[in-house]
Amino acid sequence: MPAESMATPEKSYLEDGGRFRGLFSWIFTTDHKRIGILYLTSVFSFFAIGVILGLLMRLSLIEPGRFMSERTYNSLFTVHGVIQIFLFIIPGIPASFGNFFLPIHLGARDVAFPRLNIFSWWLYITGGAILILSIFLPGGAPDTGWTFYAPYSIRTTSNVSLAASGIFIVGFSSILTGLNFVTTIHRMRAPGMKWFRMPLFIWSLYATAWTQILATPVLAITLLLLILERSFGIGFFEPLKGGDPIMFEHLFWMYSHPAVYIMILPAMGVVSEIFPVFSRKNIFGYKAVAFSSLGIAFFGYLVWGHHMFTSGMSDISRVIFSLITFLVAVPSGIKVFNWIATMYKGSVRVDSPLLFCLAFIFLFSIAGLTGLIIGTLSLNLYLHGTYFIVGHFHYTMFGGAGFGFFAGLHYWFPKMFGRMFNERAAKTAWFIMFIGFNILYFSMFLLGLQGMPRRYFQYLPQFRTNHILSTIGSWILALGLLIMFGNLIRALFRGEKAPANPWGGSTLEWTLPSPPSRENFRETPVVKGGPYTFG
Amino acid sequence: MTEAAVPQHGLTSRLYLLVWIVLVALTAATVAVARMNVTAFAALISIGIATVKAGLVLVFFMHLKHEPLILKVMLGIALLALSLIILLTFSDVWYRWGAHVHS
Repeated sequence: MPAESMATPEKSYLEDGGRFRGLFSWIFTTDHKRIGILYLTSVFSFFAIGVILGLLMRLSLIEPGRFMSERTYNSLFTVHGVIQIFLFIIPGIPASFGNFFLPIHLGARDVAFPRLNIFSWWLYITGGAILILSIFLPGGAPDTGWTFYAPYSIRTTSNVSLAASGIFIVGFSSILTGLNFVTTIHRMRAPGMKWFRMPLFIWSLYATAWTQILATPVLAITLLLLILERSFGIGFFEPLKGGDPIMFEHLFWMYSHPAVYIMILPAMGVVSEIFPVFSRKNIFGYKAVAFSSLGIAFFGYLVWGHHMFTSGMSDISRVIFSLITFLVAVPSGIKVFNWIATMYKGSVRVDSPLLFCLAFIFLFSIAGLTGLIIGTLSLNLYLHGTYFIVGHFHYTMFGGAGFGFFAGLHYWFPKMFGRMFNERAAKTAWFIMFIGFNILYFSMFLLGLQGMPRRYFQYLPQFRTNHILSTIGSWILALGLLIMFGNLIRALFRGEKAPANPWGGSTLEWTLPSPPSRENFRETPVVKGGPYTFG
Repeated sequence: MTEAAVPQHGLTSRLYLLVWIVLVALTAATVAVARMNVTAFAALISIGIATVKAGLVLVFFMHLKHEPLILKVMLGIALLALSLIILLTFSDVWYRWGAHVHS
């Protein structure tokens, strides 16, 4: 990899806003790095709202009825789910780090369609605003759960149509980002950047982008049908009119299961970048990790039915979906083993990004293994709709995708903002979050095994202990999050200046100054070897 | 991403006309199938015919025939994903309805 000369200092992308000044230089920018930062701040703002709603739910569960009504609780878990999934974790890594680092990793100056890129951010914000509006308008926040299952979602008078329109618009933002990334990866690679010289983060973004393009339209169609049915009373899903409510579940999960991989794949990509750097060793099995991303994306399409084992769909279908579900474990297992093998006999440097990655492996393994439990048809009949499911997907989405996001945030923070954060505070935050996370969500597995149904406002006395434990965990986790974000925000203003390559990474972004200039590369780099050069 | 000018494809209007006639014939076939009482297979046959029709439009009218291989592969991936999704949905719909009829 070529080393960038340190001669005359260029204006960084943070100083050079292009045609506009002030706020406009951000919201009308076409610079992929600025758009990445826009997304980063937007997704974390929505994340903060989602976290607060989650904390309120946990608070209510200490003593149901004391803090809020049943109706409010129903709205809380609905809006919490919708925000965290559609506004935080799906756009999360691809739209922020993806936008920022995809062109740099490829040796390009920008993505293929810069204007489409800022347009997709505008769509995202518009959709998000409509979604937030649906909470406050008369009619009340949606109370269906984030899945919008028919026929209840057709009959409820809450603002389901508005919320669905918001998600519809956010969906288009996701499709356009995917389209942009696929085109960029195909057309904008620097000379010598062959497919198997691309960093693994790019492979995971590539798999994600395809999923975004192919799966998201199904969600758009589903929500459109739902809105049409609510507005004009057409009987797509309403059984009273000859509709099929199970068909809604099919359509919904046709998107929403692949969406799970839209959430987790980029996090796997981030982790695949960090392990080699902090182990001072090349990734173990580059091609296996690259192809397993594609494998996960492919199998991710074919397993949606495992959300519907108790819905009343045909037995044959249930057996087929259960079987295919186990196949997803293969590429996921390949990744986990390869990350661990990467550290084997490496010179491991335990800094905060690596700690978050190790937590990722631990939490994602629990998530994956409990996934096998609930993917088993017979066990699922018992565990479906219990807190076991809630525990499982929080381990996947927050323990997996969330911790992967935080790992990337600490790994790339110096590059993005040109400042170093306090390493000790980062480690403290990591430790508190890890403890809080496990107390919060592991007690949900226990609750689920005891038979506690999810989404219930009230519960029997025997569930009380685990509920209180879980809520205490939520406070610990929130404390850890506060320390982590406090530390990073402080570093933005008071952090030491970051060197160009603080971690000793070998991908192209580390050849640039921190933060990079507007044009990324003064001269288009010529790539002569693979992305990891540790030997 | 359109490459320069679209070259003369050498597709005569006769070929276009032929494709159009085939499309009309297939539409007629769809109507005919709907009138026959083939119950369980009705959807399958209709989707099959519609796929062939969409394929003809893509290949001839939308010039897929002359596009580079990578675009054909990409479209193939999308079609494969869609077919698998429809197939898996039918693994439910077919057998679920079958059960209802018998009970």
